[in-house]
Amino acid sequence: MSSQYSAAHSFNKVMEILDRYDRSETKIIPILQAVQEEYRYLPQEVLTFIATSLGVSPARLYGVATFYSHFSLQPKGKHILKMCDGTACHVRGSSKIIDAVRERLKLTEKKITTDDMMYTFETVSCLGACGLAPVLVVDDDIHGEVTPEQALALIDKIDAEEKENA
Amino acid sequence: MEKYVYINDRPILWEDEINILELARKAHIEIPTFCYHSDLSVYGACRLCMVEVEGRGLVTSCSTQPFEGMRVKTHTEQILKLRKTIVEMLLANHDQNCPQCSRASDCKLRDISNRLNIDKVRFRQTREFKTVDLGSDCLVRDPNKCVLCGDCVRFCDEIQSIGAIDFAGRGLEVNVASAYGKSLAQVDCVNCGQCAAVCPTGAITVKSDIKEAWTAIHDPKKTVVAQIAPAVRVALGEMFGLAANDMTTGRMVAAMKIIGFDQVYDTSFAADLTVVEEANEFIARKTNGGKLPIFTSCCPAWVKFAEQSFPSLLDNLSSCRSPQQMFGAIAKERLPELLKVEKKDLVCVSIMPCTAKKYECKRPEFTNDSIPDVDIALTTQELGRMIKEAGINFESVEPESFDLPMGFATGAGVIFGNSGGVSEAVLRYAADKFDIPVPENIVLQEVRGVSGLREATLADGNLKIAVVHGLRNARELCDKVMAGEAEYDIVEVMACPGGCTGGAGQPIVLTQKQRRDRTKTLYHADRTMPMHRAQDNPFIHELYEELLTEPNSHKAHELLHTAYRHRKRIDDDELTISTGDAADRCQIRVCVGTSCYLRGSQDILAKTLQMVEENAWGNYFDIAATFCSEKCDKGPNVTVGDQVIHRAELAQIKNLITEEASRRSK
Repeated sequence: MSSQYSAAHSFNKVMEILDRYDRSETKIIPILQAVQEEYRYLPQEVLTFIATSLGVSPARLYGVATFYSHFSLQPKGKHILKMCDGTACHVRGSSKIIDAVRERLKLTEKKITTDDMMYTFETVSCLGACGLAPVLVVDDDIHGEVTPEQALALIDKIDAEEKENA
Repeated sequence: MEKYVYINDRPILWEDEINILELARKAHIEIPTFCYHSDLSVYGACRLCMVEVEGRGLVTSCSTQPFEGMRVKTHTEQILKLRKTIVEMLLANHDQNCPQCSRASDCKLRDISNRLNIDKVRFRQTREFKTVDLGSDCLVRDPNKCVLCGDCVRFCDEIQSIGAIDFAGRGLEVNVASAYGKSLAQVDCVNCGQCAAVCPTGAITVKSDIKEAWTAIHDPKKTVVAQIAPAVRVALGEMFGLAANDMTTGRMVAAMKIIGFDQVYDTSFAADLTVVEEANEFIARKTNGGKLPIFTSCCPAWVKFAEQSFPSLLDNLSSCRSPQQMFGAIAKERLPELLKVEKKDLVCVSIMPCTAKKYECKRPEFTNDSIPDVDIALTTQELGRMIKEAGINFESVEPESFDLPMGFATGAGVIFGNSGGVSEAVLRYAADKFDIPVPENIVLQEVRGVSGLREATLADGNLKIAVVHGLRNARELCDKVMAGEAEYDIVEVMACPGGCTGGAGQPIVLTQKQRRDRTKTLYHADRTMPMHRAQDNPFIHELYEELLTEPNSHKAHELLHTAYRHRKRIDDDELTISTGDAADRCQIRVCVGTSCYLRGSQDILAKTLQMVEENAWGNYFDIAATFCSEKCDKGPNVTVGDQVIHRAELAQIKNLITEEASRRSK
């Protein structure tokens, strides 16, 4: 698949998703989840299209999309790091890891994606894996009892892989 | 059997009150609330209306139904403390530049804070300052004054069926926003302004053009003429403590002359002109088998709504401009000669009950050679404020009369401000033509009333009329008309409750009675006027003789009529699907809006893409999905290059693309 047509394929996918959920207003959340899976975020034009298809106002859909921290209206990086900062992780030192990762990636609480669109670093409230605290999720892999050094090592590893593939 | 509820140990007869809050009002107790609004759904967001119910503890009185024998306390120690805390927390994050706020005199937050004897805020600010939305011509949204009661959100959705604003974000970040945080000017807001009218604070206010008006008045080179809409005269007095049913026409004219307006005219004159033009347009359509029903086009909020939501009905809209714009066009055409002033030095100011009029007068079609027909549109409230600013004692000023010729109107032009008024005025004109019996008192009771949708059948079933106010009612009616479930000859639409008298430019409505009084007073004004039919207005006759020749003439079309166009709901909402590399690419646009989708546009888009991809023609084309290409009744609509194809079929589109591709490959 050439990259030229990726937008087209994504759009066809949106059509499929809408049909799969009967273009029903009551299924807004699963629809947005599926669409975000496709684009890795919720592009504005796609949201307007979904709103039109579901017969809800774009402002209402925007409200739903901004309510849940799972949804993003900004493009996310190629690799997504999620650090748990729930109570258990927090007391076991998640702040240090957060600081270390942010420093390394030149990110802040507000700026969560690197300029080269390689990394997005988010904090989440609880991943439900408190026994492994502190927990860091890198793409889809869960890493328990992480130290700042380990977190940085994981980033080093991705950097190396990316360099190799480049 | 009579049922009683005990409020503060006193028995109160419970009839049809839906909640404790309404019942408490009967017990002469006004429970403080931001979010309870009898026209809207019960929301229970502000928590200010907490009361104590025996056996249940604290409940919100707006969302709790009474039951027989219920015992309610409305001001226990705990309740008073709780209310204070809530208001203090709201104040902590509220931009308290009260003296500079246009809602200073009727702010509910200020009022409640006063009533609760709050003298100190114990909390510090926790929210960051947010940008004020100044993009709209009509409304200013200041999130720093919002108490998140949701009245505006519910009005826009429940009464107007638009939903241009909604809650966005969560927790500390929650705010009322347009889609994607855009300005109101870039989204589907129709500028009806009812959000500002129901806002308890200054979070949404009407954009002020007072400064521009003063500048024009103070400029010695300018001749400033004013037109006043019918609904203004029955509401302006409210700002000066006069009763809602007080007609203030004479005092209003006098005050405006003192302010410095050179001539003060009546928009009702232009409304008379609208009646003549619109009635003739209707009669022509009815006799020649033209597009019916004819929809009225006086309400700019409705016009924008139709342009956004019902593009296929745009041909049904009367081509008549609104009275404001008819007045402006005639004023700029005739007054320079009459008042011996150069056209560029003539400033036309309109005083309107409406916020959308500010948007209407800025529509590009109403500006010629960079001179707008109407330069400045002020609301009733803005005029009231100018009168106050000038220090005029409105209550005691001696009444004066409108200037001629454009200050003379019949009752037909005056009742335009009421929902049903336009229909009634047109019927009075067309009565002879259709053999409609007009009673002695000239009242056509059939189209009067308060219900959101009223229907009347006249002339032995030959004439079916519908009158709607509130855009949700309009949407439902339009859907029915499009589905062929309802047939009418004339449909009158006004966006605001009760018509223009309930416009958002009017003083803030505190009671329903106030609204009813305005309507009644306007009908009363009609009865006290010497003439009631637009065709009897001698100055309208004169205008036709001297300038327009006859109704719907070429000149009349040039000055008094307009055209509509489809409008996208949200700015830049086209969805690029595939972009080619060639410098000059062929644009393919497939509409995937609802009606085209139902007719199979999705399939066309998918197959088109597939074809372009398989043949590796991707470099030649830009393919995008659009949401509406204006002709919903002729969907699916596809654009290939400069060709627009209605009722598109896949084979035909494929052929066009093949031709284009082979042309380009050579």
